[in-house]
Amino acid sequence: MLSIDNLHASVEDKSILNGISLDVKAGEVHAIMGPNGSGKSTLSSVIAGSEEYEVSKGTILLNGEDIEELDAESRAHKGIFLSFQYPVEIPGVTVTNFIKTAINASRKAQGLDEMPAKDMLKKIRDKANLLEIDSRFLSRSLNQGFSGGEKKRNEIFQMAMLDPKLAILDETDSGLDIDALRIVANGVNKLRNENNAIVVITHYQRLLDYIVPDFVHVLHEGKIVKSGTKELALELEEKGYDWIKKGA
Amino acid sequence: MQLEEKLMSSFVAFESEVDTLAPVHDVREKALKSFEKLGFPTKKNEEWKYTPLNTLLKEDFHIFSKHDNTIEFKDVKQYFIHDIDTFKIVFVDGVYNSFLSETTHEGADICLLSAALTQSKYKKVIADYFNQMAAENDAFTSLNTAFAKEGAYIYIPEKKILEKPIQIIHFSTGNDAALMLQPRNLIVVGKQAEVQIIERHQSLSSQKVFTNSVTEIYADQRAQVDYYKIQNDQEEASLIDNTYIRQEKESHAKVHTFSFGGKLTRNNLNFFHNDERIESTLKGITIIENKQLVDHHTLVHHASPNCESHQDYKGIYADTSTGVFNGKVIVEKEAQKTNAFQQNNNILIDDKATINSKPQLEIFADDVKCSHGCTIGQLDEDALFYLRTRGIPKKEAKALMTYAFANNVLESVQIPSVKSRINKIIATKLGVDLGFDV
Repeated sequence: MLSIDNLHASVEDKSILNGISLDVKAGEVHAIMGPNGSGKSTLSSVIAGSEEYEVSKGTILLNGEDIEELDAESRAHKGIFLSFQYPVEIPGVTVTNFIKTAINASRKAQGLDEMPAKDMLKKIRDKANLLEIDSRFLSRSLNQGFSGGEKKRNEIFQMAMLDPKLAILDETDSGLDIDALRIVANGVNKLRNENNAIVVITHYQRLLDYIVPDFVHVLHEGKIVKSGTKELALELEEKGYDWIKKGA
Repeated sequence: MQLEEKLMSSFVAFESEVDTLAPVHDVREKALKSFEKLGFPTKKNEEWKYTPLNTLLKEDFHIFSKHDNTIEFKDVKQYFIHDIDTFKIVFVDGVYNSFLSETTHEGADICLLSAALTQSKYKKVIADYFNQMAAENDAFTSLNTAFAKEGAYIYIPEKKILEKPIQIIHFSTGNDAALMLQPRNLIVVGKQAEVQIIERHQSLSSQKVFTNSVTEIYADQRAQVDYYKIQNDQEEASLIDNTYIRQEKESHAKVHTFSFGGKLTRNNLNFFHNDERIESTLKGITIIENKQLVDHHTLVHHASPNCESHQDYKGIYADTSTGVFNGKVIVEKEAQKTNAFQQNNNILIDDKATINSKPQLEIFADDVKCSHGCTIGQLDEDALFYLRTRGIPKKEAKALMTYAFANNVLESVQIPSVKSRINKIIATKLGVDLGFDV
């Protein structure tokens, strides 16, 4: 699904990613952990197509296709989804209208007609149920005045609607209380299947109790310094990141 | 200056044509003298520092239209709000067009200023209200008064709540190359009466046209005035709009100004408070490009205690366009417990676009709440990226952010058809079809 090889990226001549290689296959969940400033969010932004970063070396392949030259929207059309740590507020545009615009933009890019209104409504209702979102929420302006939990739930709702091949969840657990965390994780777990892949980016192990990864990678100074299975996350929780920093 | 001389020398010919009451004749003569004394403002005038008029005033404008300018409804339907029932007062090249209009004298007078100026039954209203607050020291207002002949006359009597909005539309055909128009509107809203008005100036050709408009609005006790100015004119159309609003006790007047087009647009919007517990709302969205210029000069004169004013202007400037916002708030010594808020937010899309934003607060009372805020920035790149990761192409993403930016102003539009029209104009300007109204 996703194959990253020796990826180097920088912003304004400051090198942030220093040779990342990562293979994610369909049906897998990968967790990327690491201390603050290790490059976690940069990695997710670069995969999603942010123009803020300069990729100086290495490749990102999505199902064998090099996506380096594609802009963010084209990557989305190819099935990449990024759940933001800080989703943006769009006053005046309702959650429903926003998701309709997003879905129809993707359909248009694939040469399909707009989704019939009836199908759209049904899909919205189904996915809203999955994330325990009520209909009043859907007619509010996107992210405006949302609590931290509502924002994240809304991100996963969008993921459910867009049905991506590769979903990157950037610090989805930050700002969530335990109930919201459970709802969000539960939603993600229901969306997991053998045809998609999920990359969970997190500072803490807590989220991984709910979304159980197949593999865990530890990022430090823009490099993956350790990879393992879910036990690695527990070890990290116990020993802290200093253990990794010393080892590196 | 050529245009100035031409106007001065045309005055006698103009006066000989109009059959009006003596008092109005005196008002005109006085205004002409005032204009002669003032002359057109130059860049040295602080109020016109950022809005150069020399190119406009060099043009050899015709002062009277010489053609029979009939137009068909089907050709201009798009400029009307046509999906709801409205009264319409329509002018073509400054001349009233009865075919396109829908006026009334039942329950309210929604008709022509030319009738009000000449017929004896309106004599008292004209004496009481005509030119009673238009500024004497403003060259364009004086000039308009000197040549005041035609425009909308609206009189809403006490307690009358007008069920349909009124559209005032001034078309120019371009049959005369370079035409100058000077419409004059008088609107009197009685005690506890309510009215909604939509005003538009629209050129139908690529010919040059220069409109110098004056509107006087009186809102009596507890009256509600809801006014919309839609400015989306052709490239060669320039507009100087002078609007004066006087409010009595507990009245509420709102003016929304949507500026999307035209070569040079100057809005002088002036509110005067005459009693307590008055509310004034001034809002605007400006979205322009190329070499367009839009200038908002607002004035709210708080002269009595316990009144409120709310100003919120949003501007988005592309290419080499220029914006000006000059928001003046005067709070007199007597006007204690005044709440006056002013907000002006701007986005510069291109490096060569300019905005000159200047709040001017003159506060003489000590127990007041006055605030002003001004921001100038770019479209937020992080927000743009967020939208694009959802598969929304850059152009549509920018459009959504533009709507979000302007949303506070759009939100307070009370007529759904007007809101929907503004939505459409913005979508067309941004070259997108979002498939829904925001």
